[in-house]
Amino acid sequence: MENASMNSMTEAVLPASLIPPAQGDATARVSIKNLNFYYGATHALKNINIDYADKKTTAMIGPSGCGKSTLLRILNRMYDLYPGQRAEGEVLIGGQNIIAPNVDLTQLRRKVGMVFQKPTPFPKSIYENVVFGVRLHEKLSKAEMDERVEWALTRSALWGEVKDRLNTSAIGLSGGQQQRLCIARSIAVKPEVLLLDEPTSALDPISTLKIEELVDELKKDFTIIIVTHNMQQAGRCADQVAFFYLGELVEVGPSTQIFTAPRERRTQEYITGRFG
Amino acid sequence: MAEEAKHIVTSFEVDLKKLRDLIAGMGGLAERAVADATAALMEHDPDIAASVVAADPKIDAEEHKIEQFAVQLLALRQPVADDLRQVVAALKVITDLERIGDYSANIAKRSLVINKLSGNLALSGLGQMARLVQQNLKTVIDAVGEADPQKAIIVWRADQMIDDLYNTIFRELITYMMEDARNITACTHLLFIAKNLERIGDHATNIAELTYYAVTGESLPDFRPKGDQTSAYVHTEASE
Repeated sequence: MENASMNSMTEAVLPASLIPPAQGDATARVSIKNLNFYYGATHALKNINIDYADKKTTAMIGPSGCGKSTLLRILNRMYDLYPGQRAEGEVLIGGQNIIAPNVDLTQLRRKVGMVFQKPTPFPKSIYENVVFGVRLHEKLSKAEMDERVEWALTRSALWGEVKDRLNTSAIGLSGGQQQRLCIARSIAVKPEVLLLDEPTSALDPISTLKIEELVDELKKDFTIIIVTHNMQQAGRCADQVAFFYLGELVEVGPSTQIFTAPRERRTQEYITGRFG
Repeated sequence: MAEEAKHIVTSFEVDLKKLRDLIAGMGGLAERAVADATAALMEHDPDIAASVVAADPKIDAEEHKIEQFAVQLLALRQPVADDLRQVVAALKVITDLERIGDYSANIAKRSLVINKLSGNLALSGLGQMARLVQQNLKTVIDAVGEADPQKAIIVWRADQMIDDLYNTIFRELITYMMEDARNITACTHLLFIAKNLERIGDHATNIAELTYYAVTGESLPDFRPKGDQTSAYVHTEASE
């Protein structure tokens, strides 16, 4: 029932530990309307229209250069870091157009967490990695912060493995653990949307399955958007699959439909490995 | 389907073609079994009947071989979309073909018994039914080989004619039995033969449905025109 503005009010008044994790509602889902994106003169995304349902996982698939990672980078305005890149259209998150010029980027990135292809732990302790973003946005007591760390590490299925060594360096963790730590760091600020850019491409099969299991768990609280080159992963993880090709959204639909009977020939040729 | 791009992995393309060829081969064996069983019956030829019975284990062996190959494709290639539908349909089609082989062998065995019985029963209705069944089976196996949904629909619709003929033969045979109790043994075998042909027609229809799904990704409606009313048939004076 809470809308975005009520959320920020309660956060200002209540201790953070009492705030429930983002309870997505109709306003928390992502809606993209007539989006065009340019890298200088290159038209990288062409008139994209897509909705990301709340508390669902959407996988974005397509060959390299099709625009799926570009779209992911638009959702937290990462393209702002580079000159000559611009987006036109509407990207509504919780009803707010996040590509409008007046958007507070720090606030946006609190709402939209991101995990990258390769684990990117900071060369700090496990504990410091998790609280890094939280400190930017909230003033918490030590006890509240400890609670948040346990919550984030539990939600990212890492707590049991690291609870006795929270003050040791994150660099000492295995690749799969580092990636789960990065997920913990992203969700510690309680975002509404979690972006995962090929989160398992550098991981072994078991660590990959752990991340996939985690995605399944996390979608109870977040809207998850995952870019993957692994078709089976898209099928296993996602409720909805979107296929991009040459900057266009070719087809979007339930993953069961996309992988058994896609409507578009280009989708079928791509997922069956017949790309010409 | 034919104009679609080829798979990047050539060996997968080769495997899928091999699967289609195997199905076509097994379909050919099943067609042959039905044709020979019919010939054995109509021409009272015990040698042909024996050859149908002897050929059935080969159809069973083909089913086993294709099943293993399809499972291997699923495990190693993890097909999706139309590839997945093709492999899943193949797994089900071979079960239908195997049953068609069984029914043919059963017809052949019964034809041997009928040959030994005296009496001259008119078999023309049965011959006509067998021709329709063979025609449907041939068309549906072509539909599989050519991935042709239109041919599948033709078979799916045509089954009603077979059912109608079956109803007629059923009534006719009951009439023979009532006329002369000495006809009962032969007529009972003929009834089972007619039922076997009717079932072969149903399996051809199943294959048509599977082919339509494999090619288009859509299912034919659950409701199919059906004509077999013999399960509710009661012989009365009025029905004579």
